[in-house]
Amino acid sequence: MAEAHPVGFQWVMEAKRRGAKVFHVDPRFTRTSAVADSYLPIRAGTDIALLGGVVRYILDNELDFREYVLSYTNAATIVSEQFADTEDGDGFFSGFDPETGSYVQDSWQYEGHEDSSGSGHTAKERDTAAGLRHESHGAEVGGQTRRDETLQHPRCVYQILKRHFARYTPEMVERVCGIPQEKFLELAEAWTRNSGRERTGMLIYSVGWTQHSVGVQYIRTGAIIQLLLGNMGRPGGGVMALRGHASIQGSTDIPTLFNLLPGYLPMPHHADHPTFDEWVDSIRHPGQKGFWGNARSFAASLLKAYWGDAATPENDYCYGYLPRMTGDHGTYQQVLNMIDGKIKGYFLLGQNPAVGSAHGRAQRLGMANLDWLVVRDLFMIESATFWQNGPEVATGEIVPEECRTEVFFLPAASHVEKEGSFTQTQRLLQWREKAVEPPGDARSELWFFYHLGRKLREKLAGSGLPRDRALLDLTWDYPTHGPHAEPSAESVLREINGYDVSTGRPLSSFGEARADGSTAIGCWIYTGVYADGVNQAARRKSRHEQDWVAAEWGWAWPANRRILYNRASADPDGNPWSERKRYVWWDPDKGEWTGYDVPDFEKTKPPSYRPPHGASGTEGIAGDDPFIMQGDGKGWLYAPSGVLDGPLPTHYEPVESPVRNPLYRQQANPTRKTYAHPVNSVNPSPPEEHSQVFPYVFTVSRLTEHHTAGGMSRTVRPLAELQPEMFVEVSPELAAERGLAHLDWAHLVSGRAVIEAKVLVTDRLTPLRVDGRIIHQVWLPYHFGFEGLVTGDSANDLFGISLDPNVLIQESKVGTCDVRPGRRPTGTALLDLVAEYQRRAGIIPGRNAPVVTTDSDGEGRGDS
Amino acid sequence: MIPDPNSLYGPLDPAPDAGWSTAPPRMGFFTDTSVCIGCKACEVACKEWNGVPGSGLDLLGMSYDNTGALTANSWRHVAFIEQPRPAGHRTPPFAGTPTDGPVSAASAAVAAGTSGRTGTDPGLPTGAPSAAARMATGGPADVLGAPIAAGRGGGGPIAAVARDNGPVAAAPRDIGPATADPGDGGSGPQFLGMPGAQPPGRGSGAEGRTDFRWLMMSDVCKHCTHAACLDVCPTGSLFRTEFGTVVVQEDICNGCGYCISACPYGVIDQRKDDGRAWKCTLCYDRLGVGMTPACAQACPTESIQYGELEELRERAAARVATLHERGVPEARLYGHDPNDGVGGDGAFFLLLDEPEVYGLPPDPVVTTRDLPKMWKRAGLAALAMAAATVAAFVGGSS
Repeated sequence: MAEAHPVGFQWVMEAKRRGAKVFHVDPRFTRTSAVADSYLPIRAGTDIALLGGVVRYILDNELDFREYVLSYTNAATIVSEQFADTEDGDGFFSGFDPETGSYVQDSWQYEGHEDSSGSGHTAKERDTAAGLRHESHGAEVGGQTRRDETLQHPRCVYQILKRHFARYTPEMVERVCGIPQEKFLELAEAWTRNSGRERTGMLIYSVGWTQHSVGVQYIRTGAIIQLLLGNMGRPGGGVMALRGHASIQGSTDIPTLFNLLPGYLPMPHHADHPTFDEWVDSIRHPGQKGFWGNARSFAASLLKAYWGDAATPENDYCYGYLPRMTGDHGTYQQVLNMIDGKIKGYFLLGQNPAVGSAHGRAQRLGMANLDWLVVRDLFMIESATFWQNGPEVATGEIVPEECRTEVFFLPAASHVEKEGSFTQTQRLLQWREKAVEPPGDARSELWFFYHLGRKLREKLAGSGLPRDRALLDLTWDYPTHGPHAEPSAESVLREINGYDVSTGRPLSSFGEARADGSTAIGCWIYTGVYADGVNQAARRKSRHEQDWVAAEWGWAWPANRRILYNRASADPDGNPWSERKRYVWWDPDKGEWTGYDVPDFEKTKPPSYRPPHGASGTEGIAGDDPFIMQGDGKGWLYAPSGVLDGPLPTHYEPVESPVRNPLYRQQANPTRKTYAHPVNSVNPSPPEEHSQVFPYVFTVSRLTEHHTAGGMSRTVRPLAELQPEMFVEVSPELAAERGLAHLDWAHLVSGRAVIEAKVLVTDRLTPLRVDGRIIHQVWLPYHFGFEGLVTGDSANDLFGISLDPNVLIQESKVGTCDVRPGRRPTGTALLDLVAEYQRRAGIIPGRNAPVVTTDSDGEGRGDS
Repeated sequence: MIPDPNSLYGPLDPAPDAGWSTAPPRMGFFTDTSVCIGCKACEVACKEWNGVPGSGLDLLGMSYDNTGALTANSWRHVAFIEQPRPAGHRTPPFAGTPTDGPVSAASAAVAAGTSGRTGTDPGLPTGAPSAAARMATGGPADVLGAPIAAGRGGGGPIAAVARDNGPVAAAPRDIGPATADPGDGGSGPQFLGMPGAQPPGRGSGAEGRTDFRWLMMSDVCKHCTHAACLDVCPTGSLFRTEFGTVVVQEDICNGCGYCISACPYGVIDQRKDDGRAWKCTLCYDRLGVGMTPACAQACPTESIQYGELEELRERAAARVATLHERGVPEARLYGHDPNDGVGGDGAFFLLLDEPEVYGLPPDPVVTTRDLPKMWKRAGLAALAMAAATVAAFVGGSS
């Protein structure tokens, strides 16, 4: 965190000043480790084993916050008798279909709901990264459940959890992760001791956690721990995701994703959602508890915001204009489609895939096979110049004279050169004023898209073609100002907030959304950010002039709520769990919820409220169900649906690993998304043959001195000179083993690429003892590319393409490689070296090893 | 003792001493290295605000320090020191990990050889192959499953130094002076306590390494109470500001370079392409309008604190006491004492090791301290010569 988020890290240092104990788990000793109280080196890609060990530690020692767990989580809920755990399936839950490599989730359901899951095969959900839509709410589940409040029923979630993690012992943590038992116990003890009625603990992760083939399950494991310890919905608790750069949270709220519309409304699928009603019902699930019951109002209001007067109840608010998904349109599928000539044009905005995305060579070859490419960036980045300066030019794979892609480079305004908002990890919107005019032809994204739309509409004006109506009927009337006709960002914020169509009055909460076409809302979860016609995100009241929740600084969605599910900060009767952790509570005299924050609950619903039988929507939420966006009002220790690779996290090895999975026969996530394309390949892992060809684990991350793919730092002298060359960090032990010398060159080989880097031999890297073997890990920064003041080979070139099934995020934080002293070959000799390694490893490009591990021997597995 | 006006030594409030009749309180920096996270925001903020030119795009291999030193083009410098030392209050980071020796003495020796070009000035010494070879023994030889004979592919003096399975204590201690750090455990090459004295990682012993800490420290001009640079400046380019800081006036400096040899810390430096001397101004332009210096403003963890020196000294003493209470006995202040060789620094530090470890002189003395005495002696000598001359004439005439 100190390495990638130094400014946010000041609060960790502040906590440390006040006596907090800081633990840091990382494959390499970083600037965070330097100031942490305890550092735990870990083998990259084994976090579920570590966190699963903590879950077991909690359950075995009964350290869970029992009253919280019983009332607020689904611990007592009884699961279908058809459910079978990975412990019984040697790495598989019940319902696996080897044909599609996906699960049928019927058997995972709560008892009595087996037929109502309606999930069928989840292969389609995987293709559309359907898991992403659950960022604001849980997956569908029936509201009426059977429970055993004694937690003794063998099929209640608590007992299932206990059995599932029973083998994740401190010994197993050591064996899988390479973390000595004493250190693991130190962590588990501190975490549990600092949670409960009087204390809360926070789990902070950064997006490196998501870049694994089991990334979603990493975070699920963390969430399970936080729920067991009562750390959700309470001050000082939670699971905080530190994003990769500013407003990543905002870019899923108002998504730049193929599968979502604003406010986590799913992009319709052409086969499943032919009509507006079918689309809406797929979101709101008639009969389900919770706030998604109003999905029809949110959906209608969104379409009303898009198409204004043209959108009427009679024409389903122009639902027919919405684009439809037909399958996987994720970034990696698109790149492969480019290589195959299926995609003709590409807009690239503030992104540098030639350096920043996994399998850089595939990215560059794809972009070299387009008709046109628009790159908007601050500097001339690698993704704009790959056709003349990329490594494939040296190898002869791209010939500049023949490259067919026409590249349009458009200079972009930086964040200080335009106004707008950032949404950070706490869902807090903070407004930015423009500090300086952008230089030269540089323009804001808002300017670019507004005027692009304006010009397209001008060109289409008068067209009678139905296909052009979607563009021509758009509301596209933002006021502009200044010499360049810059659109008003505040007018966009007003539309996002939503307004009453007849009066134009900005809405103050999403409760005002209507399904009759009388409201237009650009993003329903942001409603209130422009309440009373005031830009609430621009509020800057000092923390010294208000209470510690600081509700008048910026604005947080939903409804300016700073902690989600904060009903959980009070006990089931509505009283604070403790004076020290008082936050939101029930005031019986006034008959309403009150506290420091906006209560995340219906204001006047008493704790004693019990829903009548068969109630749905918000009415179905009981007075002691804090998790109001979940179908059953409970925090999910066990996810009966919505997570495609299992209701519980399970340790699978990374797709590329030198180690046989010590826990199960199944080696890696059986539901991962793979692409059998000639450009792609996966290094062999045990029990496949030849895994020793790539004996070392490599992981990549950031340096403080650089930013992501380097476009904003390798181009700026004061930053570039602080880390001026690509390097690889190796332990003295590995340096000795491979004959690597400090500051000399080394090159790293994977089945995709060879890259070279200067060697830094450092004690900050350590070998690990894993399952009786010594495993070496190396670390690389992923900032370098071939443009800018300082250049170097790109670490991401080493990766292949394997994705998490839930959200289609690539495994780009762990892979296997070989490390050799000296510089890499150049020209065609470089391709020959890769080919030689592929031959030795038995890699046939385009052919993936089967996702289901087929060996039957139990050797090396922890059956005992 | 009350110092004389215009004293060159001892405690002093420098601004009134320099003639500022209505000087504001003396301002300075307290840099608390115990909370430094090495982000280098200070270096960047300093360069941006002061328009300091680039200082070169060289990978130095001195941990994450690619700045190297305070120079004319780097007025803040973050030092990174990787140490095989216990951090006192915390669990050893590498306890329990298999950090014992590598597979062969020969490959260890290869690893220890640095390339000729290190980019540093004076630079890293080239590697110490014999030390690395010592690492190579005693550990398991099964890294990839197969035992590998010591000395494979190597030979010569390396193999001669390598032991097969001898006790660690028998390791030849031929590397470095015998000022072993007590925490070093007596195995392998000794830690010299100097940054860059040996390449990172070379400090490992055959028994493996468990203790490790990574020190970071943002260095800057000390703005001495008795500033030798100022004392020797013949043009008056260097002057004492009303805040008690020392600033070079770039339009007066003639590039004579006297200040450079006078600085006991090696801070002030000549810019190669214009010949003039440059250093930290403690953001004199910002101070004048009540702003915080750029580096302190940018520091996210309040490692660099700016304020009235008196108050900073109190704050620093309290911080040291807190750290001592929390089991960090190695915390100590540097440059805070008005009775030290430079009369105390306007920019002082909380360190977690000896000053030498950070590249700071342990006992800096203002280089002009002895000037009065020297002048006195020179005067006496001159008088004596004059007397002798007179005597010769007088004697001759008699």
